[in-house]
Amino acid sequence: MGKTFAEKIMAAKSGRRAVSASDIVTVKPDFVMSHDNSAAISKTFRGIGVDRVVCPEKVVIILDHCVPAASDKYANNHKVVREFVAEMGIENFFDINAGICHQVLPEQGFACPGELILGSDSHTTTYGAFGAFAAGIGRSEAAAIWATGELWLRVPETHRIEIGGRLPAGVTAKDVILSIIGQLGADGVLYKAVEFTGSAIDEMSLAGRMVLANMTVEMGGKIGYMTPNEETLTFVRSRSSRDFDVVTSDPDAEYERVIRYAAADFVPTLSCPHTVDNTAPVTDKAGTPFHQAVLGTCTNGRLEDLGLAARILKGRRISRRVRLLVFPASQEVYRDAMRQGILADLAEAGAVIMNSGCGPCLGAHEGVLADGEVCLSTANRNFKGRMGNPNSEVYLASPATVAASVLTGLITDPREFFQGGGR
Amino acid sequence: MSTIKGKVWKYGDDINTDVIFPGKYTYTVSDPAELARHAMEDLDPDFAGKVQKGDVVVAGTNFGCGSSREQAASCLVAAGVGAVIAKSFSRIFFRNAINWGLPALQCPAAVDALQAGQAVTVDLERGCIEAGGQSWKFPELPAEVQGILTSGGLIPYLRAKYQKNA
Repeated sequence: MGKTFAEKIMAAKSGRRAVSASDIVTVKPDFVMSHDNSAAISKTFRGIGVDRVVCPEKVVIILDHCVPAASDKYANNHKVVREFVAEMGIENFFDINAGICHQVLPEQGFACPGELILGSDSHTTTYGAFGAFAAGIGRSEAAAIWATGELWLRVPETHRIEIGGRLPAGVTAKDVILSIIGQLGADGVLYKAVEFTGSAIDEMSLAGRMVLANMTVEMGGKIGYMTPNEETLTFVRSRSSRDFDVVTSDPDAEYERVIRYAAADFVPTLSCPHTVDNTAPVTDKAGTPFHQAVLGTCTNGRLEDLGLAARILKGRRISRRVRLLVFPASQEVYRDAMRQGILADLAEAGAVIMNSGCGPCLGAHEGVLADGEVCLSTANRNFKGRMGNPNSEVYLASPATVAASVLTGLITDPREFFQGGGR
Repeated sequence: MSTIKGKVWKYGDDINTDVIFPGKYTYTVSDPAELARHAMEDLDPDFAGKVQKGDVVVAGTNFGCGSSREQAASCLVAAGVGAVIAKSFSRIFFRNAINWGLPALQCPAAVDALQAGQAVTVDLERGCIEAGGQSWKFPELPAEVQGILTSGGLIPYLRAKYQKNA
């Protein structure tokens, strides 16, 4: 019996010849990522009784959750992080001018195929798009890796999601993953490795692949990975000089489940309040009014996403009834979008262009909702209170749906903007 | 630690970390008493004021889904919760609970039977849950996990290990 991707990586990183699903192994990750929570992690680390971070070269810290600081508490938090990285000689530190961790980490070359990346953020799964084994962990676990260089993991069973064919015009990776989460449920792949395969995945852009991997955790997945395609390998080689091996599942590997979809069947999809798996086709909710829209975040703040929205909004004005906030996923994306005129198009349409960061996604600042307000967001979570107010509602959608909808202030099917092709 | 006695707080499926501990507090609240005050804030506003030491949170499938925020576990510990019994746990919550010395026990039969407010006893050594004259076994946790749990969490576990080696 062959081995899955997950089994191969877990064996390699635990120094064992072979492991199987359900084994518990102690692994040495290639990188451990944390963000603003590094202040709390540093306090926990100091409680362990170790003087130095054992592997400073493996530690990647990116400030993104509340940048620039929204209050003295956040400011002091950032200060603790800056002092800690200086004291410990952590070179891979990115201050508030870098962007969202899940975009910055790959941009800076820390996500190569076949590597093991653990991060104290649930959307660490994003790096599965690069063929890495990437999973979220807790803060104490990040502290433990700083102190010991290792952590225990359970080798997950693998579910394969195969998507064949081509997506219809106006339908994006976001619609695909929301739809799959709706069908499988919030615990549909609980504790499992998810492997995305099929011709639609082979042809999908890197930005789209990152959306699938990012949101795999929203159906309970431990990792969501795919074999890197040529665009992905070109990106990785342009960002990192490390040697890497592309690791793939054996043809006779054991999958716990194989689920097949036809790309042509996907339609623009929403997650309705208050859970990600509460999905509906956009057409079912068309005409629903909202107050604020968010374009960006670690899910959909890449150049491709902003460009798609700009194509719809260029030369038009958003409704006076809504506010549109744009959060590029990184400052690099911000600069590229600026050079390409994308930000100008969005701003001229009436959008507020924010700095790169998590913004209001987790309810800390920069666009918290008022009582009774509804937000249409390209983010990955819509739980009650997520955007800072339990008396508000959040719908999740693709950048195309958000762009089409802000023109009227009513949820709108974006496909009418894609007649005559284009994706 | 090996026996937990308290009353049941019962909730449904897919209880997420945003309703257990709102994201807006994750970088500004760290004091245990304050953590405890916000526990379950957006799910059950009565919880924080009424929960007592040793009480047990009982929930359906996928408890703790969502963010990796460790406060979803530590706020329950701070509030005095002795154990969480669920049909299943979100992966990161399960790890966070163990790492905070909070037993996270998977036992669907007990979840179906237990009622809100009912007195319940959890015996970690014997691996069973008892309430109203009934008893349910829960699956043994892996040895690595047991070691962390009995040390009171990952950090105490590592601290003890380093002191031993020093």
